[in-house]
Parts: sequence; structure tokens; C-alpha cells
Amino acid sequence: MKAIPRAHPLWLAYILHRLSGLGLALFLPAHFYVLSLALTDTARLDAFLRLTDYPLVKLAEFGLVFLLAVHFFGGLRLMALEWLPWSAAQKTWAAASLAGAFLISTTFLLRAI
Amino acid sequence: MSEFHLYMAQRLSALVMAPFVLVHIGVMIYAIQGGLSAAEILGRTQGSVFWFLFYGMFVVAVSIHAAIGLRTILSEWAGLRGSALNITALAIGAILFAMGAQAVYAVTATGAA
Amino acid sequence: MSTKGPQVTVTVQRGGPEGPGRKQQFQVPAYGSQTVLDVVSWIQQNADPTLTYRFACRVGMCGSCAMMVNGVPRWTCRTHVSKVLQDGAMELAPLRSLPVIKDLAADMDPFFDKWVSAEALHHPTASRDDPIAPIDPDAPERVTASAGIECINCAVCYAACDTVANNPDYLGPAALQRAWTLYNDSRDGAHGAILDAVTGTGGCQSCHSMGSCTAYCPNGLDPLSAIAGLKRAATRRFFGKGKG
Repeated sequence: MKAIPRAHPLWLAYILHRLSGLGLALFLPAHFYVLSLALTDTARLDAFLRLTDYPLVKLAEFGLVFLLAVHFFGGLRLMALEWLPWSAAQKTWAAASLAGAFLISTTFLLRAI
Repeated sequence: MSEFHLYMAQRLSALVMAPFVLVHIGVMIYAIQGGLSAAEILGRTQGSVFWFLFYGMFVVAVSIHAAIGLRTILSEWAGLRGSALNITALAIGAILFAMGAQAVYAVTATGAA
Repeated sequence: MSTKGPQVTVTVQRGGPEGPGRKQQFQVPAYGSQTVLDVVSWIQQNADPTLTYRFACRVGMCGSCAMMVNGVPRWTCRTHVSKVLQDGAMELAPLRSLPVIKDLAADMDPFFDKWVSAEALHHPTASRDDPIAPIDPDAPERVTASAGIECINCAVCYAACDTVANNPDYLGPAALQRAWTLYNDSRDGAHGAILDAVTGTGGCQSCHSMGSCTAYCPNGLDPLSAIAGLKRAATRRFFGKGKG
């Protein structure tokens, strides 16, 4: 990656937002497909849902919730930065978004275990 | 639809989704406790007008949001341009909406439970 | 060319518009308060007179000497070698995202063409025969405009921006910041035309707020906030509010 020499907090917030969005978009079709099994094949839906008992799947779920939370807070940060004239505190916002995302996804993980 | 209109649609769909995402994360943290089962999920959602509208609007917004986001990524990282780019983005949006609508229908509209 | 005393190892990207050519290494004598531009000039004067680069004022006013130094765009006349050396070495290349004329001289045409595309040029409301309009330096719009007018057109922000690198239509931070200063200038007569231009293809909506422009601007300007200002103005107009 040629861009790494230019990495700085706001750039990292940008790349995190983009990659989390990409990850969520790629996950969505699978999510929708599994849920639509409720109509056609409830037994297979249950089989999929039982997978969530495995620690590795739990970890993957943690990853997904983290992606959602980090994209959510990153998006709020972006809209605040663009639409509200608060630009001086951008770095603080980037950091706070990450912290918030981590808090929420960790809560999820702790409840799930 | 100009690039600026896509920008506005991206931001407005994000604003629509912001409360949905919070509720979605909350429901996940609640539902994950004690494991997931089809009966538990469907018992909550099936026949519920509230969850039908909630997830229905969520699916509409996320299809728009993800299609525009992937359009940007395909343009910047894969070099797609012009009608190839627009047709791909439109197809992504349509597929996400169709799959999402099917999932929402499966978990809410049937009166089985 | 090597003499006794401390040396700096400098790798220089050579080649013309046909694409990056070979990288060439030079040993340059190091001395105190040496700038990157001093190093380039030493190579051209003492090692290889065919090395092409661009500079004029040497004091950070003209904006002509910017290059990539270890992958980061910098104004070379005001960049001390001691601040950028990595293990006693540095790598120089022409500004990113611009065509190369030869060696370290980038072709600035696309950069300036985009200033025109962004309507980042003055639209007069008075002629030289009119009285000079009084300008209150403390008026909020004037303060906003003044924050961005010290741009020296060096294209460091343009080379720093990944959106510029990935989206050939994107007008870039410098052009958009100038458009923002004119949008806030009471003497400019085409605020609507500016907003039309900066919401067209490659306009302010293409920016992803990664902030490399603000992080690397050698003059400490904040194009990121200027572009956010344009997004705000365009959003207000979208909802039927504001001027233009």
C-alpha cells in the first residue's frame, strides 16, 4: 500500500469507514438469505442459528457487530464534520467513534459468551 | 441523478438508518442471550406490523446506502466508469432490495406464529 | 563525487512523461540547516546536470518546488533534511497524481485546469472606475474567506489526497478551497455559479474527509474544513435555504 507513508488519524478513520462499509455490504446478502429461510426451510434456519454457539462463529459475530458499530459512529462523525461547523475537534471525534464502537461490540461479546 | 444527488441520498439514507442501527444492535445484544433459535426470532417478529415497517424501511435505506457506497468504491478502487459503473450500482441496489424484501417478508409477514 | 564528512544517500526518481524511469542514487555531502531543495540543487550542480526540477523563490512563497519526499508531499525549500531522513537516506519523486514532465518536475496543468473548472476565479462585480468597496475584516464571511487565501498553489494537498489519486474527475482540495474563499467574498458576483461548479462531477461531494490536505498543507491551511463548508452550503441549497 503506497498510501501508508501518509497515514494519520483522520486517514485511518477514512480507511476504517470504507473497509467496514465494504465488509457490511458483502455480509448483507448472506444475512438476508439466511433470514429468508424462515419462510422456506425453518429447520435449516435453526441449523444456521445453532452455528452461533461455536466460539469461532461468536468471534465472527463480534467482528460483524464491530463493523456495524464502527461504521455507525464513523458515519455520525462524518456527518457532524461535514454539516456542523465543529471541525477543530475532528481527531477527538475519530477517537471517540472507535472507543464507542469497541465498547458496544465488547458488550455484545461479553453477553454472548 | 447527479453525483451530488447521490451524495445527498447517501447521507439521508444514513440518517434514516441511524435509529434503526441502534435498535438493531440493542435487539441483537438482547436476543443473543441464551442462544439464538428460529422460534424465538419468529415469535417476536411474525405478524408484527411494527417489525415489518421497521425492517422494511431499514432494507430500503440500506439498499440505497450500500449501492451508492459500493459505487464509489468500484469507481475509486476498481476504475469502473460511466454506464458500466451506474448499471452495476443499480443492479447491486436492486439485488439487495429484492433479497432484503424477501427476508423481511419471511420473518414478519407470514402469520404462522 | 564523494568527499569526506557526513553523507546523505538520496534516491531520485528519473524519467519523463512516458512513465517512471529508473531510480538513481546519489551521495550528497550533508551540512547544517540543509534543505531538501539544497540537496537537489547540489546533485544538479555537482553530480548530474541533466536532473530536472523546479524552483523559484526558495523562501516558501512561490509554491513551485513541491515534491514527494519519502512518499510524503513537501515544499522542499522549507523542509530540512534532518527532519525527513530515514536511516540517513531519503527518496525523492515528482508530485503524486500529476503527469511528469521530466524527473522531479510535475506537469501542473491538470491542477490549474481544475481551479477553472471549480469556478475558483474571481467574478467581478465592479470595474476599476467604481469606488473601492469597503470590506469589514471582522465580518464572519470575510473571516471565513481570509482563512483560506494564503494558498501558494504548491499542489502538496493535491498530491497528498487519496481521493485525487483514485478519482481523476475530483477537483481537489486547493481548487475547492479557493472556490470556498470566493463563495464567502462579498466582492464576488457569481456565488450560484461557484456552487453549481463545486457540486458538478468530481465536486465537493467526492471528498471523503480523510484530511490529508489539512495534515500536509505547508502553510497550515485547512482545505478539509473549506470543503466541508462547500458541502454545507450545497446541502442548504438542496433544502432550499441559503444563498446561491
